[in-house]
Amino acid sequence: MTDIAARERRSLSIFHWTGREVVRLLGGFRGMLSLGLITLSVLLTQRRRASKVISPLIWREVLRSGVRPVPIVLFLSSLLGLAVIGQTVVFTTRLGAQDYLGTVMVMVVVRELGPMLAALVVLVRAGSESVIELGSARASHEIEAMEAIGIDPIHYWVVPRVLGMALGVFCLTVYAIVAAVLSGYLWAFLQNIPILPGDYFGQLARALHPLDFLALGLKSGILGVTLALLLCYHGLAQPIRREDIPRAAIRALTQGVVLCVLIDAVFLALSRISLDSP
Amino acid sequence: MNAAADGSDVSLLELCDAEVASTSNPGTSSLAGVNWAVQRNDFWVVGGLLGSGKSDLLSTLVGVLPLNSGRLLLDGAEITGRGGPRADAGAQFRTGLVHDGGLLFAHLSVAENVALPLQYHHNVSFADAADRAGAWLEAVGMGGMAELPSTRISRNWAQRASLARACILQPEILLLDNPLTGLDPVHARWWMDFLGQLWTGHPLMAYRRATLIATCDDFSPWWGEGRRFAMLSNGRFRTVVEPISRQELSDCLAANHR
Repeated sequence: MTDIAARERRSLSIFHWTGREVVRLLGGFRGMLSLGLITLSVLLTQRRRASKVISPLIWREVLRSGVRPVPIVLFLSSLLGLAVIGQTVVFTTRLGAQDYLGTVMVMVVVRELGPMLAALVVLVRAGSESVIELGSARASHEIEAMEAIGIDPIHYWVVPRVLGMALGVFCLTVYAIVAAVLSGYLWAFLQNIPILPGDYFGQLARALHPLDFLALGLKSGILGVTLALLLCYHGLAQPIRREDIPRAAIRALTQGVVLCVLIDAVFLALSRISLDSP
Repeated sequence: MNAAADGSDVSLLELCDAEVASTSNPGTSSLAGVNWAVQRNDFWVVGGLLGSGKSDLLSTLVGVLPLNSGRLLLDGAEITGRGGPRADAGAQFRTGLVHDGGLLFAHLSVAENVALPLQYHHNVSFADAADRAGAWLEAVGMGGMAELPSTRISRNWAQRASLARACILQPEILLLDNPLTGLDPVHARWWMDFLGQLWTGHPLMAYRRATLIATCDDFSPWWGEGRRFAMLSNGRFRTVVEPISRQELSDCLAANHR
């Protein structure tokens, strides 16, 4: 009897825990959405205000999220190119379908993994730094000091991050795709696959649809904006104590990974719908 | 010409039956029934013990913290919502706030901290604002510290840099939150001298006399001619109307706190 009661209590506590976490997650997304709308309104109403202060902050963010992570992105995307072509070559050679190497690269790297890799690298490299910087400013009442001198904290802290991170993720996505495509050909060349550079890049060009470029820009931009809002939400948008900052950073990184996967899934579903439609 | 436009009969800053919100307990009030008129060139010293609502009062006056109820008037015009006295003041703010402890921005150097309000509100680069920021830093005795990261200076100096940051837009009303707390005697004396200069007209403020409102938890260093005193105790704002001695003034803070 005691065992059953304990088991029931445990299962109930699991339900409680799951429910509490889901409610907290939904509350977080709602807060993020609110922050996004406020940021949009500030972006529209104050776009010309203090440009000589805000522009350097945007470029600092581009540097942080779009330039500094370039070496690690090049390294990872080169490995990605090797892995994709390395795995594909075995089957395409057996099937005599080497002509589809470029198509595979477009499907896997350009449409899926390139933007995802760039967003995850930005999240890891710039994410924790951002949450710590913003959280420290919030915990030490710098936000109130900023308001007291008439500076809107959203304009100063959030807008540059949103714009800079969107641009940064887009730039990194381009670098990642170029590196993966080149390393893919290098692997094919080393494996003695009888394919000329012109044929390989021709396959890539044929596999690319004009919509791919639009989707790529849109996807990397949305990933950048979402990550920036998430980081600002955890660091800035709610009261935080100094000792809670590391926990907030971990929460932001975890939720960031989930959001990247969700955004990727939405784009995948949309691309299936557009392919299936007559 | 009406009185408001003339500005002669109208208080510079006025709180009417105001309930000052509490930042530490959102939804509650730290002060209630505040009726207070500040005239041009007044030098007010508002005393109160820890947690009496001094910072909340100054945050309300600078426009960061909206009133729970009542009215805040600047030159006879009601100020509503966030934005406070600066909302209708154009590029040049009429109020400046020096925070307790300085509250400098950690990611900026001392000079960048001081220059930021000017850069933001006049849309100029740091290079263009550096001269004026440098002049203010010289005035507060920090000329050699301009390039230092703001996290590397002590509380004494951070407080002075905060004063320079508050003054760079030449505000008409300067609010000072516990400026003498935690300072050594040399710095405390410097503050009293410098505030005296601001009150009588400092060259960097175009010799215009500033209206000063300072908070404190001990009246004795503030004793001086022409100054007006008020105290916060038990959620109430009370002006000290009778001319009393320095000792009586110092004792009244503790005596009024139950």
